[in-house]
Parts: sequence; structure tokens; C-alpha cells
Amino acid sequence: MNFVIVKYNAGNIQSVLYALERIGVAATVTDDHEAIKAADKVIFPGVGEASTAMRYLRERKLDLLIRDLRQPVLGICLGMQLMCAYSEENDTTCLGIFNTRVKRFSGALKVPQIGWNNISGLKGALFSGVIENSYVYFVHGYYADLSDHTIATADYTKPYSAGLQRDNFYGVQFHPEKSSFTGEQILKNFLVN
Amino acid sequence: MLTKRIIPCLDIKDGRTVKGVNFENIRDAGDPVELGGLYAAAGADELVFLDITATVEKRKTLSDLVKRISHKINIPFTVGGGISSVEDVHVLLENGADKISVNTSAYKNRGLITQLAKEFGSQCVVLAIDTKMEEDGNWYVYLNGGRVKTTTLCKDWARQGVEMGAGEILLTSMNNDGTKKGFAIDITRQLAIALPVPVIASGGGGSMDHFAQVFSEGKADAALAASIFHFKEIGIPELKQYLFTKDIPIRL
Repeated sequence: MNFVIVKYNAGNIQSVLYALERIGVAATVTDDHEAIKAADKVIFPGVGEASTAMRYLRERKLDLLIRDLRQPVLGICLGMQLMCAYSEENDTTCLGIFNTRVKRFSGALKVPQIGWNNISGLKGALFSGVIENSYVYFVHGYYADLSDHTIATADYTKPYSAGLQRDNFYGVQFHPEKSSFTGEQILKNFLVN
Repeated sequence: MLTKRIIPCLDIKDGRTVKGVNFENIRDAGDPVELGGLYAAAGADELVFLDITATVEKRKTLSDLVKRISHKINIPFTVGGGISSVEDVHVLLENGADKISVNTSAYKNRGLITQLAKEFGSQCVVLAIDTKMEEDGNWYVYLNGGRVKTTTLCKDWARQGVEMGAGEILLTSMNNDGTKKGFAIDITRQLAIALPVPVIASGGGGSMDHFAQVFSEGKADAALAASIFHFKEIGIPELKQYLFTKDIPIRL
């Protein structure tokens, strides 16, 4: 199997690469179109700001490339948010893979949400072997609304999408690469199973 | 529900874990990577590695260590100690650190936090503050590992730090650190209530009940301790089980 991590101007790419190494999976970090298209599975990571990331992707035509991929694709954190239709973060039009909007947390709680929160309503093979209300690690100030693509739900001020899926596209708001054994199970489910 | 975090802190010198009592009298407590892995497996929610190496080779030693840690550890970790530039941070994040903490350098260079937040995002910028309550009843900021007093109030500096882009505050009470008599509840509570970002309480945790207090009364988002974990005075699984029975939201 040939695994590719999409290289772009976002943080946590190394962390994802190291997490894959810990579960015995080698991956290539690249922004080369042909290499991404040829991969068996693609991870689209990301920690950063939406409009800057989208601009970078558009300049390199990675936006169109990602949208047209047919193999399994997993967006992580900002990667997942960029796969949604729109983000309130600097009024950014995103890739439009998931039919939901990304909004800023409002209300009395601290923003960003930093720490371990539980996920429920788990659907599909990505969460195979993961028990309801398992804890995973989140760091984010914006969230994706619930939609018919939601495959996992978390609650911070309100319920929101912790996981999304449409066809071959998967997204998780939390960081599986930092979510201990639960996160490793989810990565294995995506990559190996 | 978002849970309260338990964070073991590993002080690092020349690649080894050490812990001072009141910032002095350092003892050796093992290999940081091995110890960090043990804590992660035991249920620690996050780790902090604080490098106190003062040699010129520091930068290389630390980036090598961070790389080893990130290959081994499956939970988030913060690296601090002598970080003073965008380039320092870039190297650490590149090697797999999730967050970095700044202390004296951020106080002396008021542009640093803003620069770091802009370049890497607030989520990875932790402002560490060493504070001490003086006889006038006020909490003041101390620099250089607690050796240099300032006239700045802790609550003012914390507020400024957050406005400049710090995403978390790591608050160490020098009055409490090393005493095992409990965390500084009042200043922790002041900051935790006033600030829109998480506050990590540090210094003084000696019993499981101290942790319960700093979460329930101090309103801390996370609690950090070192020697009580290193010397197995409190086990992380037992601590988390205890907090759970006290109705504190915790990840078991």
C-alpha cells in the first residue's frame, strides 16, 4: 500500500507522519499531483488558519486535485474543516466535499477548545472497535455543524461534527495522531483495514 | 464533555529528567522518553518537557530529544525552556512538538508572543508565568526561573499575554512549588475565571485532594506536577479514578 500525506502550509504534518510510524506504517509527505493521485490512501492533515491554507491549496491547484480523488481520503482538524463548504474563519470558501459550514465557537466557554472530549454516535468502519464516548484530543476554535455526513458527534457549547464522511472522503475534527490508543485504532482503521 | 487534564512535567537537563525542589537541589529521575511513554500509557493527558540546559549545544540536544519523544509518545506534549525566537519554535514544531512555552523571553521581548501566534497559531503558544505572592498580598511576575522579581502583577501580564496571542497559561506559584501543601487556589481561580483561554495550575500538588481542589475551587483547566509523579508518590491511574469519584470530568 502506498500512503501519502498532503504537504501544504499547515502544522502537524510531522506529528501525523510520526504517528503512522508508531503504528508501523510508512508514508510519503508530498504536494506532487501525480504522487497524490497514485496513492492508495491520502491523509490531509492541518493545524492553522483556513483562508491562508485555502489560498496555498488553490495556488498549487491542490484544491481541485483533492476534490477529485477517488481513493480514501482522511482530513484531520483543519484538513477536515477545509473539506467542508465554507468556514467563518476569515470568510473562506472551502472545498465543498461535506455539506456543512464551519463556525466559530461562541458563548461562555473558553475558545479554542483544548483537551480530551468524548465522541458518540459513531458510524462506519472508521470507528470500528472504538467504543461510544471514547475520549480523543481536540484543539480547535471553529467547529463543523452537524449534517447528514456526520459520523461522530462531540459536544462543546453544543453538539457538532467530530467526524464526517461522504463516499471515499473522511474527516475528523480531533487529532487521532495525539489521541493515545483510541487515535491509533482510528488511524489503523483508515489505513490498514 | 471536555475533561480536566493531568500533566506530568519533566524537567530536562542534558537530555535527562531532573526535578528541583523550589527550583534548586536537582535530583535525577531517568530518561525523559521512557518516562514520558510510561506516563502516556498510565493515562496522562499531556506532557510538558521543560529544558533547563544552559550549554551552547542546547538547541541541537533539545531538537534531537523532541524528535525521539514524538516518535514514541501518542499524546500531546509541550516543550519549554529558553525559547526566544520564531526559529527556535520552528525547529521544535518541525521535530514533532505540539506546543511550546515561553516565559522570560516573552516578557523581555513583547513582540514574541504575537509573532509566534501569527506564524504558528495561538493553539501552540503557551505562556508560562512564575509568580509569587509578596507581603503586600499581590501576586508578582518573576523571571529567569524565579530568580528575578518584577513589579508586574501576574494577572496583568497573563491578560496581556492572551491579548497578544497566547493560547494557554501555565501558572506556577513559587510560594507553593515544592511544598506539597496544595496549589495556589486564589491566583489560579482569578486567572481561570478572568481569561478566555485554559489555565494550567502548577506548583504545590502533594495529594490527590489538592488536585480535586484546584479543579473544583481553583477552576483550573489542567493541573501539572512533577516529582510526586516521578517518585511514584501519586499514581496517575489512581489520581484520575479519585477525581472521577469526586465528579470532576476526567478521561479514564
